Amino acid sequence: MPVNFSRTTSVLALLILMQCMPQAAFADDVSNKRKQELAYLLDQDCGSCHGLTLKGGLGSPLTAEALRGKPSGYLFAVIRDGVPGTPMPPWSALLDDDDIRWIVQLLRNQGTLQ
Amino acid sequence: MKLLAVKRSLLLGVALAAMMPLCHAEQTINLMQRGTGDMGVVVERATGSLQIIEHSSDTSLASVEGLGDLSHASVVFSRDERYAYVFGRDGGLNKVDILNASIDQRLMQAGNSIGGAISADGKLVAVSNYEPGGVRIFDSTTLELLVDIPANYGDGQTSKVVGLVDAPGNQFVFSLYEANETWIADVSDVSEPVITRFEDVGAAPYDGLISPDGRYYIAGLFGEDGLALLDLWYPEKGMRKILEGYAEHDETLPVYKMPHLEGWAIAGNLAFLPAVGQHKVLVVDTRDWTQIDSIDVIGQPVFVMARPGGRQVWVNFAVPDNKYIQIIDTEMRSVVRQLEPGPGVLHMEFSARGEEVWLSVRDEDRLDIYNTDTLERTASLPARKPSGIFFTQRAHRGGL
Ligand code: HEC
Repeated sequence: MPVNFSRTTSVLALLILMQCMPQAAFADDVSNKRKQELAYLLDQDCGSCHGLTLKGGLGSPLTAEALRGKPSGYLFAVIRDGVPGTPMPPWSALLDDDDIRWIVQLLRNQGTLQ
Repeated sequence: MKLLAVKRSLLLGVALAAMMPLCHAEQTINLMQRGTGDMGVVVERATGSLQIIEHSSDTSLASVEGLGDLSHASVVFSRDERYAYVFGRDGGLNKVDILNASIDQRLMQAGNSIGGAISADGKLVAVSNYEPGGVRIFDSTTLELLVDIPANYGDGQTSKVVGLVDAPGNQFVFSLYEANETWIADVSDVSEPVITRFEDVGAAPYDGLISPDGRYYIAGLFGEDGLALLDLWYPEKGMRKILEGYAEHDETLPVYKMPHLEGWAIAGNLAFLPAVGQHKVLVVDTRDWTQIDSIDVIGQPVFVMARPGGRQVWVNFAVPDNKYIQIIDTEMRSVVRQLEPGPGVLHMEFSARGEEVWLSVRDEDRLDIYNTDTLERTASLPARKPSGIFFTQRAHRGGL
């Protein structure tokens, strides 16, 4: 798989950033390679419903602003179990708990990437 | 800054600003010498660019940049096959001159949009929007806004609009995702659009398609097992459910990407449609709209498209199976071949006579071209995160 340089650098920047944050403990079990895969999945595969820039599509906006005030535990549960009766699928068959925690961190820290 | 880059022997890019009319006289020279019947465009979703290709000798001719957010972008063509109307996710409506490889016009017409269509007479371009929910209709030459149809329902709510298609008689048909409705907008007199509403068509319509003869509109339903059918020859009869309970005895599987009801995989009297939440392609008898079979496939089907002529149906899939293509023989009604082009096979487009098909392989930044008889790959071209592929022949087919 081709590695997108700017994506790589921004993920690395985020990694460094997260070392300084207490929540970083959550994501320690996810390898760097996996983190890149997950960032890509968030853009491309979550993006197919939520928009490539996560500003919303059939699925609601997932920008840091749209998610402000929503507890991380709630976001974790929605991603793991989906929202029954809506197109939001449960991702537990493809993503383990550490993966999902890392995605929640990515969503929370979107604005700090650029 | 937005740049327009033209490859090959053309001159370097020229800076341009959104919505400004453009003039690149010197760039017209090379491309103007050819017809457009074998041309097409490829959406490069992450970079907001469009690659212009030709499929007589399978080459890339030029690229046009600065088209905004092109995730989920779709394209229709003017009837002279010179202009591609590109509908961006960010609400951008772009009119691209494919001979000039330039943006003829561009405007932001909404905040979040999903697709578009061009009227039977070629004079109107309609865009369906999520935000603000509704349909807007523009003059295809000037992109002047002519009709605004907000998708209002209930008491003051607005719905996302999905499944917009053009129908004979300068009509547009579309569905309202939250409202569970399908509307016909008759714009044969554009100063007096006539809207016909069908309520309670089924739970959460997510996309729609129209038969190649322009007679039947079908809305796929996310909220129930079944589809909603409208006979446009007899709209007064209303919409009815077909294939109800197609998944009754099966466990519903997660859908990691919504299927697309683009085109209409039809072979003889049979139509092939993606099931939702089932790893199946449904086979329907179009004479009475009953399900006669279902074909097991490897994942959640996204596009189910017939090779022109109808002998084969090609299917691609949602994650985690989006590296595969499966090919169904329509006579045997089973998968006869599986291809593995690579991760992220997002779209496919057949040449008009079906002898070749182009695939976009997003994660490997590549377009693959297959011979549909030998099922061998004949060529590949580089492309940046390619998604939709659209050939100009679409100009002459309704409902795409
Ligand atoms: C097939 C379409 C689809 C895909 C793919 C998808 N989602 Fe969703 N998602 C939705 C829809 C629709 C909703 C809104 C559900 C509702 O109505 O409550 C949603 C809601 C959410 C919410 C709750 C937002 C809120 O404000 O409450 C989160 C978080 C979320 N999705 C994350 C993700 C992530 C992360 C991915 C990728 C791993 C993803 N989604 C992939 C359709 C999708």
